[in-house]
Amino acid sequence: MLKLSEIVKILDAQVLTGEENMDLEIYSGCGADLMSDVMAFVKESVILCTGLVNPQVVRTAEMMDIKVLCFVRGKVPGDQVIELAKEKGITIIATQHPLFICCGMLYSNGIKGRGVWN
Amino acid sequence: MSEAAVKLHYDIDAEDFTTAGEASSGVKKTLTRLGAEPDVIKRVAIAMYEAEINAVIHGGGGAADVEITPEKVTVVISDQGPGIPDLDKAMTPGWSTATNLVREMGFGAGMGLPNMKRYTDEMYVESEVGVGTKVTLIVNMKR
Ligand SMILES: Nc1ncnc2c1ncn2[C@@H]1O[C@H](COP(=O)(O)OP(=O)(O)O)[C@@H](O)[C@H]1O
Ligand SMILES: [Mg+2]
Repeated sequence: MLKLSEIVKILDAQVLTGEENMDLEIYSGCGADLMSDVMAFVKESVILCTGLVNPQVVRTAEMMDIKVLCFVRGKVPGDQVIELAKEKGITIIATQHPLFICCGMLYSNGIKGRGVWN
Repeated sequence: MSEAAVKLHYDIDAEDFTTAGEASSGVKKTLTRLGAEPDVIKRVAIAMYEAEINAVIHGGGGAADVEITPEKVTVVISDQGPGIPDLDKAMTPGWSTATNLVREMGFGAGMGLPNMKRYTDEMYVESEVGVGTKVTLIVNMKR
C-alpha cells in the first residue's frame, strides 16, 4: 500500500487535479493503453497508469471506480479531460517516466495488489 | 429499492466520441441513488459502457434502453449499423475490426464482448448484416 502523496514523490509527478486527495491509499495498480484491457480485471483502490489522455480514460476510471489516474511519458491532457475528472472526483497526476518504468517503480515500492473477482 | 420498475432511455451519438459513456454514467448514478449493491453497479457500468462504445465505434450510434427492477437490471443497446457477420469470431477475446484511429483512442482491444459476458448474468446478441445489432445485458440484483 502507498499513500497518493508518496506515489507523487516516487514518480516525481505533478498533480493536475485532486490536490485534496493526497491521503488516498492505493493498493493495486494497472498499466495499459487499451481501456478494455483495464476493464477485464477489477481491482480495488487502484491507480491506473496510461499513455492515453482522452476523455474515455476518465470514463473508464468512472465505471471502474478508479480514483487515481497517472498520465505517463509527459503526456499533457486537454482542459476537457481535467474538467471531466474534476466533475467525477477523479485525481490526475502526470509524470515524465514511461509506462514500464512507472509500473516498475510502483511495484517495487509495494503496489502489488492483484485483481478481484477472477 | 422501491418496488416499481425504473425505465431509462438514452440516445447514443456516433458523432462525438468524447460524450460516449454518458448513458452508462447516467445509469451508474441512478443505480447508486437507488441503493443497488456496489458490485452490481460496477458490473452494469462496465458491461454497458463496453456496449455503448461498440455502438459508437462499430454501430454508427444507436440507443440504450434500461429497466431497473428489484430483481435485475436489463440493458438493451441497439444500433442500425453494419451488423456482425460472425458472432463466434466477434466473441473471441482479442478479435477486433477496429480502425487504428479507434485504437489510438484506447479501444479496439477485442475485449468488449468478452468483458460484457464476464460481468453479466445473461447476455444476448442479435445481429443481422446490413440491419444492425442489439445487445441485451442482464445483471441480477442478488447473486
Ligand atoms: N455494435 C456492433 N456493430 C457491428 N460490429 C460490432 C458491434 N459490436 C461488436 N462488433 C464487432 O465485433 C468485434 C469485437 O467486438 P469487441 O469484443 O467489443 O472488441 P472491439 O470493440 O475492441 O473491437 C468488433 O471489432 C466488431 O467487428
Ligand atoms: Mg468493443
